[in-house]
Amino acid sequence: MSENAFEEDRRHDAQDPIYSGTPLLETRGVSKRFGAVEALSQVDFDAYAGEVVALVGDNGAGKSTLIKGIAGIYGFDEGETYFEGKQVSIHSPRDSASLGIEVVYQDLALADNLDVVSNMFLGREWLQGKSRLFGNLLPLSEVEMEQRAVATLGELAVTTLQSVRLPVASLSGGQRQSVAIAKAVLWNSKLVILDEPTAALGVAQTRQVLNLVRRLAEKKLGVVVISHNLHDIFEVADRITVLRLGHKVKTYITKDTDQQEVVHAITAGQVKVVPGMSS
Amino acid sequence: MSAHETIENQGALLDSQMPQSPAEYVRAYLRRLRAGDLGALPIIVGLVIIAIIFQSANANFITPRNLVNLVIQMAGITVIAYGVVFVLLLGEIDLSIGYVSAVAGVSAAILLRDSLTNPALSWMDWWNVIPIALAIAAAVGFLHGLLITFFQLPSFIVTLAGLLAWNGVVLLIIGPGGTVVIQNAVVRDLASAVLPPIWSWIIVGVFVAIYGINEFWTMRTRLRAGLRAKPASIIIAQIAFMSVIGAIIAYVFNINRALNAEALPQQGMPVIAVIMLILLMLLTFVAERTRFGRYVYAIGGNKEAARRAGIRVERIRVLVFMLSSFMAGCGGIILASRLKSVATDAGGGSLLLYAIASAVIGGTSLFGGRGKLSSAVLGALVIASVDNGMGLLNLSAGVKFIITGLVLLAAVVVDALSRRRQSQSGIR
Repeated sequence: MSENAFEEDRRHDAQDPIYSGTPLLETRGVSKRFGAVEALSQVDFDAYAGEVVALVGDNGAGKSTLIKGIAGIYGFDEGETYFEGKQVSIHSPRDSASLGIEVVYQDLALADNLDVVSNMFLGREWLQGKSRLFGNLLPLSEVEMEQRAVATLGELAVTTLQSVRLPVASLSGGQRQSVAIAKAVLWNSKLVILDEPTAALGVAQTRQVLNLVRRLAEKKLGVVVISHNLHDIFEVADRITVLRLGHKVKTYITKDTDQQEVVHAITAGQVKVVPGMSS
Repeated sequence: MSAHETIENQGALLDSQMPQSPAEYVRAYLRRLRAGDLGALPIIVGLVIIAIIFQSANANFITPRNLVNLVIQMAGITVIAYGVVFVLLLGEIDLSIGYVSAVAGVSAAILLRDSLTNPALSWMDWWNVIPIALAIAAAVGFLHGLLITFFQLPSFIVTLAGLLAWNGVVLLIIGPGGTVVIQNAVVRDLASAVLPPIWSWIIVGVFVAIYGINEFWTMRTRLRAGLRAKPASIIIAQIAFMSVIGAIIAYVFNINRALNAEALPQQGMPVIAVIMLILLMLLTFVAERTRFGRYVYAIGGNKEAARRAGIRVERIRVLVFMLSSFMAGCGGIILASRLKSVATDAGGGSLLLYAIASAVIGGTSLFGGRGKLSSAVLGALVIASVDNGMGLLNLSAGVKFIITGLVLLAAVVVDALSRRRQSQSGIR
């Protein structure tokens, strides 16, 4: 069943020129166990440059496990990961970052007391001069960082910020999410993974963030969005991959499906084995 | 999205709410005040009130002689409070600083004493004993930091254990003699020496010049990079303001403080004031302009975000506890110098609580991520003024502690109210 779904994806993909080349990111048969629990089982997943692919499923479907494996928070127990056609092994967040994979986590990972520029460059500050030993005590290149932050926010048309020198605590939820996304884009990243980017946002702010997500794809980045909100997903995603109980059910092309079909896959999609039951 | 929109949008970001004329600057300041961002204003108002109260009770409070005493009295607390600010910025606490300062003070005093009698130590002099004593203090901080990060222990408990243990170490080192007199003239005079009067003007001039050059340099690089900058008119106004304040300070330091007109004139800036200022500038640079400082604020603001950003959080925490103990060591040597000796009660009494209170009165949050070094100086000035003023009034220790406690309480209440106002007006 899983292999059939995989083949079916490929046939769909061939109809759209975006999917003719090699995927930006591809996992083949990845699994992850936590003790006796199989959180992820034989999952094939791919994301292409210039598209938004959504990852949906109920709680415990394995969305976060898959993302964390790709981000290097922990390794997969089995299976292969390919990035730009080459097999890669990702063991730490640094590995994924050096490939050009950036993850925007649900709880945003911004320091409220720092301003927008400081947050966008956090952990990767530009310094005036170089020193292996005393780098921590070299002056920061504030002007260059501010210029770059302004330029990046401008490219992404994040229009509602009053100033890049305001502390993040004073921003609205949508603005904070925009800053977190811009932070991911700043580093010439190729694949941006967004974990629940519109959770807890109002209508206008959700619109703002979804537009931003589309703009990332227009800039030829690969975008993976995890969300519970199907309405948002149908608005923003090109393809939708459904996970259930750690297995992939199917990948749908958004324009060829509807919410009913996806909901059915999420809640009752057929999987090869149900964990805990002998097959 | 057209190119035109992009440019307009960048313009909006570039504005950075940076006031472009003195009038705008004043308006922006008043707007911040109304929004509850009071800055150093409450402390300055508090200092003025304290000065008025004590001056009306005892005319000796605002005299050049007493003001210089005040500077010497606050020096030890201030320098220790610098370290406390860094620890509080992380959202941690260091209760051991009082006795760690005593460890450094007693180490220096013993080494200097023994260098006179023990031939093996004859190479020791103030210029190598002080670094040795500070290295001992830093090593103590390193130990605290390792315990806190390696075993994942709360800093409150580890440094509470340090408070007890280092007190014991001090008692053991000093031994039954009870007091170690400082034998070295340089260390003895550290707290009390004054510079020739001309130096008051030179030092004020140098500090104002450094400030001005830094501001104009920043303005130039920002403008060249196409960013909005603080306009020259405001920089000049600030330099003028600082010059006036600096001139008043230099003038007061240079008034003859001798009680007796026939005695040798006593005038000039205490060396210790210069040391306090240099440390303040160095540490402010570290806190606000370097990656280390940025990481300290980031960890205090959101530890998990800092970790995910690739910051080696544990390393920074160990370094901060080292810095805290190092600054405590500096304070300990200054305090030893002021008393010209180290006794078994060194590092005890109200020292620890005064140092933490100074940082907190200065507006440093106990929850991490918020605070400034310069306000620790103002906080220490408040604490030392209250202590000094009540000493002049011959009030009992009981009354002193009650009043100091109430001052601390008033400071945190004002801070809490201004923060509530700020969150209502959406600044934080």
